[in-house]
Amino acid sequence: MVDIAAQTAIDPAPPGGAVAVRLRGVTKCYRQGVRALGPLDLDVAAGEFVALLGPSGCGKSTALRLIAGLAKPSSGTVELNAHPAARRGEHAIGFVFQEPTLMPWASVRGNVALPLRLAKAPRAEIAARVDDALTRVGLRDAAEALPRELSGGMKMRVSLARALVTDPDILLMDEPFAALDEITRFRLNNDLLTLWRELRKTVIFVTHSVFESVYLSQRVIVMTPKPGRIAAEFHVASDEPRDEAFRTSVGYAAQCREVSAALARASSTEAA
Amino acid sequence: MSVARDPQTEARAAAATRLLRIALPVAVLVAVVVVWHFVVKLNDIPPYLLPGPGVVLRTLIADWPVLGASLVTTLWTTLQGFLAAAAGGIALAILFNQSRYLEYSLLPYAIILQVTPVIAIAPLLLIYLPQDTAVIACAFIVAFFPVLANTTLGLNSVDRNLAGLFQLYGASRAQTLLRLKLPAALPYMLGGLRIAGGLSLIGAVVAEIAAGSAGAGSGLAYRIAESSYRLNIPRMFAALLLLSLAGIVIYGLLALVSHLALRRWHESALGKDT
Repeated sequence: MVDIAAQTAIDPAPPGGAVAVRLRGVTKCYRQGVRALGPLDLDVAAGEFVALLGPSGCGKSTALRLIAGLAKPSSGTVELNAHPAARRGEHAIGFVFQEPTLMPWASVRGNVALPLRLAKAPRAEIAARVDDALTRVGLRDAAEALPRELSGGMKMRVSLARALVTDPDILLMDEPFAALDEITRFRLNNDLLTLWRELRKTVIFVTHSVFESVYLSQRVIVMTPKPGRIAAEFHVASDEPRDEAFRTSVGYAAQCREVSAALARASSTEAA
Repeated sequence: MSVARDPQTEARAAAATRLLRIALPVAVLVAVVVVWHFVVKLNDIPPYLLPGPGVVLRTLIADWPVLGASLVTTLWTTLQGFLAAAAGGIALAILFNQSRYLEYSLLPYAIILQVTPVIAIAPLLLIYLPQDTAVIACAFIVAFFPVLANTTLGLNSVDRNLAGLFQLYGASRAQTLLRLKLPAALPYMLGGLRIAGGLSLIGAVVAEIAAGSAGAGSGLAYRIAESSYRLNIPRMFAALLLLSLAGIVIYGLLALVSHLALRRWHESALGKDT
């Protein structure tokens, strides 16, 4: 556990070598000049699973949009794979929104194929990749269905398949499972971990759930609001596989308690 | 709803509701025609003041050679005006969506054209344009605005996150327009077209009446004006009936097209229980 005071020193390049995402002095201001976010310094290693945890309004979604290039920082730099974010390769990023964000007029296949169609990939390649992505998320049989025919969990799986279909290096997820019921959320948590173990993508996962952040990630970054800043970070220690047994283990509960405490402490510091 | 009900009872109730929705307006129609018939008959009203329903129907059949040809003329004008309005409204909406400066420059005039009563513009159009073109222009002026306004609204109501996704994957303007904005705008566009169908008929009628005095027109509205001068009231009613039927058919056709285009995915075309 790193304390609020101690964390100002930037985490040295994490184990595993290459840095996938590097933020330096990133801020985001509203039009009125009020700073909403930062300054933020963050390194995420290639293949790492990082959770950004914090209450609503702490800027974690904004941080994700800045990394994705969907918004521009007011100051500071965002680098992806050691390139400025502005010049990132087209397929470097997959993004999963809080809502499934599907085109209601297109089939599951059409929705998942979208990134490849926009990149004008050859037809045969699109078909093969879409099939592969749908198989990965367990939706091979629903390929021709329309979004309205799917449950909330299945829609989220389509969204995930679409993010994976370009084989991106970095997967950005903005509270993707927050609107789902608990049983579906647990199942998708497990499936996401399986995917991550197989594909070894860099994942930045925004959530406001302490339990979800500890269950999924290798590192939890606790953020506080007004302006959004990093208050603390934890390396989640777990040699055991992340599964239902881990979810009920003493070690898991202890780490959740620690993260919760840090979150509470950060909030009270902010209030003072 | 969560209250458990016998599905058979439910189905029967739904069928009864459907039946009522057809039976009630038909009953009203029958009642009105019967009352009309007896009011004319019992008061001995002469046909040049108010013809009974029977006389109107007989006139419709007897005058069919004249009225049928006029119906075709009016429908043809309406169709041309509608197509011009649809193409013009959609094209303008797309242009406005692509260039804000174009929108700022032209939108006020589109609104002015819409709020100025077309019946007042029609005589001028008839002076400057050949008559058939002027009639189509009238239908266009009345009908294009709802298409423009609705399509513009649709193009601007794209899901923000979906737009972000297109941006993330480096979509070009054309790709965003074709794959995102136009499909998202389709329900709005079809709503505008449905209004425009009825309005282009109104535009055609207004222009025909305005042109009536010029004499060369042969549409249904011209027949109404002509019959009015000759106090041929039964023919006025017969022509009016045809115009009204034409309006109903146009609306029905466009509603059907809208339903067929949207039924697979859009809320408006889905059953209430899905």
